[in-house]
Amino acid sequence: MGNRLNLIGLDRNDYKGGKSTLCLGCGHNSISNQIIQVAYELSLNPHRVIKLSGIGCSSKSPAYFLSRSHGFNGLHGRMPALATGATTANRSLIAIGVSGDGDTGSIGLGQFSHMIRRNVPIVYIVENNGVYGLTKGQFSATADLGQELKYAGVNELPPIDICMEALIDNASFVARSFAGDAKQVRELLKAAFSHKGTAVLDIISPCVTFNNHESSTKSYPYGKTHEEPLQDITYIPVYDEISIEEHEPGVVQAVEMHDGSRVMLKKLDPTKHDPTDRVAAIKLLEEARRDNLFITGLIYIDRNRRTLAEISHLVDEPLVSLPEERLRPPREALQTVMNKLICCD
Amino acid sequence: MSDVEASALESLLAEREPIVNDFQIMIATVNGSGSQTANTALLRSIFRMGVPVSGKNIFPSNIQGLPTWFTVRVSKDGYIARREDYHILVAMNRDTAADDISKLPPGGVCLYPQEWKLREDRPDIVYYPMPVEKLIDASDVPANLKPYVANMVYVGVLATLLEIDLDEIAFSLDFHFGGKAKAINMNMGLVKAAAEWALDNLAKRDPYKVARMDKTQGMLLLDGNSAGALGAVFGGVTVVAWYPITPSTSLIDALNEYLRDLRTDPATGKATYAVIQAEDEIGAIGTVIGAGWAGARAMTATSGPGMSLMSEFAGLSYFTEVPAVIWNVQRVGPSTGLPTRTSQGDVLKAHFLGHGDTKHPVLLPSNIEEAFEFGWRAFDLAERLQTLIFVLSDLDLGMNLWMSNPFTYPDQPMDRGKVLSAEDVERMGGFARYRDVDGDGITYRTLPGTDHPLAAYFARGTGHDENAYYSERPEDWEANMARLTRKFNTARQLVPGPVVDQVDGAQVGIIAYGTTDACVVESRDRLRERGLETSYLRLRALPLNETTRDFLAAHERVYVVENNTDGQMARLLRMEFPELAGRLISLAHADGLPLTPRWLTAAILEQEQ
Repeated sequence: MGNRLNLIGLDRNDYKGGKSTLCLGCGHNSISNQIIQVAYELSLNPHRVIKLSGIGCSSKSPAYFLSRSHGFNGLHGRMPALATGATTANRSLIAIGVSGDGDTGSIGLGQFSHMIRRNVPIVYIVENNGVYGLTKGQFSATADLGQELKYAGVNELPPIDICMEALIDNASFVARSFAGDAKQVRELLKAAFSHKGTAVLDIISPCVTFNNHESSTKSYPYGKTHEEPLQDITYIPVYDEISIEEHEPGVVQAVEMHDGSRVMLKKLDPTKHDPTDRVAAIKLLEEARRDNLFITGLIYIDRNRRTLAEISHLVDEPLVSLPEERLRPPREALQTVMNKLICCD
Repeated sequence: MSDVEASALESLLAEREPIVNDFQIMIATVNGSGSQTANTALLRSIFRMGVPVSGKNIFPSNIQGLPTWFTVRVSKDGYIARREDYHILVAMNRDTAADDISKLPPGGVCLYPQEWKLREDRPDIVYYPMPVEKLIDASDVPANLKPYVANMVYVGVLATLLEIDLDEIAFSLDFHFGGKAKAINMNMGLVKAAAEWALDNLAKRDPYKVARMDKTQGMLLLDGNSAGALGAVFGGVTVVAWYPITPSTSLIDALNEYLRDLRTDPATGKATYAVIQAEDEIGAIGTVIGAGWAGARAMTATSGPGMSLMSEFAGLSYFTEVPAVIWNVQRVGPSTGLPTRTSQGDVLKAHFLGHGDTKHPVLLPSNIEEAFEFGWRAFDLAERLQTLIFVLSDLDLGMNLWMSNPFTYPDQPMDRGKVLSAEDVERMGGFARYRDVDGDGITYRTLPGTDHPLAAYFARGTGHDENAYYSERPEDWEANMARLTRKFNTARQLVPGPVVDQVDGAQVGIIAYGTTDACVVESRDRLRERGLETSYLRLRALPLNETTRDFLAAHERVYVVENNTDGQMARLLRMEFPELAGRLISLAHADGLPLTPRWLTAAILEQEQ
């Protein structure tokens, strides 16, 4: 299977990165693998992809996938600003950002909100484990209320819900998943790559070293037994002519993406959540919080919000590809400006 | 005033010759009263009469209500530095009037609104009460606009008293309002009414007068922020990210205007640029660096507090070697400081912004021609050196109007630096992002989107080797830092060099930079009159180079003149040239206002006598 070529003639190995230096069994590694798989399956052009991250365990991971793509491991909590600049400078790039719960939920909460507010086009993954790994086991802002950790003690503060934050900031794509649910991560990633704007993926990604005991909602044991997917998700790429006539009306919802692909959502939850309904999405998250439910799947999607490049009325071609004669106005233009200012006609 | 006192004044005035084109007007108003229109119209009218003129707006951090002063210096000799004294006071702010009047010299002039019923208690000055309310009431200005045209009364009265051509005032208002007839006519109506009233009712008893010259022909009048913005546009700026902060905001305002006019794609009507108002200065500089990494010419404009916030990203730019441009229009710190006053207090901070061993080239424009030039040149340097370039302007240069020759179109094509295309990568069989192939410390980069399997590299703020791979090896770290220093030394020869006026036989040298130039130029004339010849080196950029060392070596005593408290440039010079440090004398002064020749001349003479 490893040697099968995709539509642009690349092998799955062509999407790999350097060897991971994260802990064995870390949820982040499994997410990196899904990114590799999805990029391969979608036949993404590696040179058109940029990988961005902040600081933390999660933010190291872009070095472990897509080594043929340019990457920028930036500052703690400030990856959204880099993404804003890079995607504005070159709107043909496909941006994938990897952050963590400390990077996004604490130091970077402001940039996270404003990136979403601007609808910067990026697949923004939060590898959420509720704990600071590199500094060895402090609570993050998404840690459970009352949770106990070996050195940090008991967490007395309520968690920040990344998806709720995103929704409140008018996110155009909000999903939650679990690193232990590889298929769902993959299908959501595919949908996110087809989305126009900021696609927030809050992926619970257990830290096997500091926060993987059963009492933690960010652990493998908890996730495996408590995950409640909202939908069974199937991504249908634009080039696949699969008939969608056979689904039961009201049970399978087809969401058509901007690039012509479709995301088929077979609804599994009793409330039959409609992810195009923002109020329902907020209610869903609030009820999940109240009832301690680990819901996953596509929580919200709005395909009509304009991206930053559209709001900025940018020319269609990447700004970085404009030749000098379109960047530097001619000599006569300066003369005209000067003539208006010069004394005394 | 008694008759005896009055006649004493008359005899004082009678003895004086007319004073033509060599005096200063001080206009004291209340912030938010619209005086800027009146003051710039006055300034521009004198400029249009061919007479060298400069203006300084000394304003509060406030929307409405606090006192504002505007000085108009008229100088037949072309001096444009600030002077402390003034000869004609236009007192429009009751709260500061007593103090403002007390500073007038004997023989000085005070215009004030008649309605104040001011007690004219200085027998040695000339008072001209103006019927401000009456003239406004008699005009057809709508009631809601009346408070904003009151200032036109003093423009009209001054026009008569000083013999400023009313046609030039009309031209200036036309310029100010961009040809909007309604606003021009409303304001000009009042100017004319006031001028006529003064002609009919005031007997001129003062010696001050403006007379036509030919010293401004072909010149222009503009603020440094607009000049810098225009320079950036002709430098091909593509991504601008910013956060509002005085006194840099008007640079972005000007950018928005010039970009809209000059960089809208004629075929589609779409923008070939983006201006993004960020959520803070961290977001602004992060966006600039993201865009610079992707290959765009990107910049931000800020002031002290904003620069402090940009510190961590400045280090990232230095270490990942991503081009970026920061304009810092300096105001007075530390902390919030004096947000609407001028300073050169960010020299050291800008030069070394970031933790660890970080250093950045800094451009130091002295006038609006250089603001324009450095506006475009900063991008060439940023991309050539693959690093952050500061342009250190200040509030005085940025927000005041300055005379200048027309700007010169860039004399070279855009220098995009060492960027490899897919073909280059193919021909070379790959590349190492941080390998010093040419020995100048500047390495080759590729841009995201380059279509070649070997084109990508991973930019990171962490330790890296020549291939940009993560590395904690001591020798990798040291080699990389040594190369960055090599690159910095290359920059010494690439940044604009100092302007030197070396006078034969002069033992005393002066080093200055930025807006203190105007003060030094005038002070050197005063010192020469007192028998002291001086040489002058004006720094235009950091890092320093041999020209400055030679200048230091050639003079026994070198005064370093700057508008800050700690003598920051003097410290830097001592650090760079320790063997010559004994020759340096720091003359640093900071009170929120531009330095004056009177202060500098006295400070140097005090040491030299």
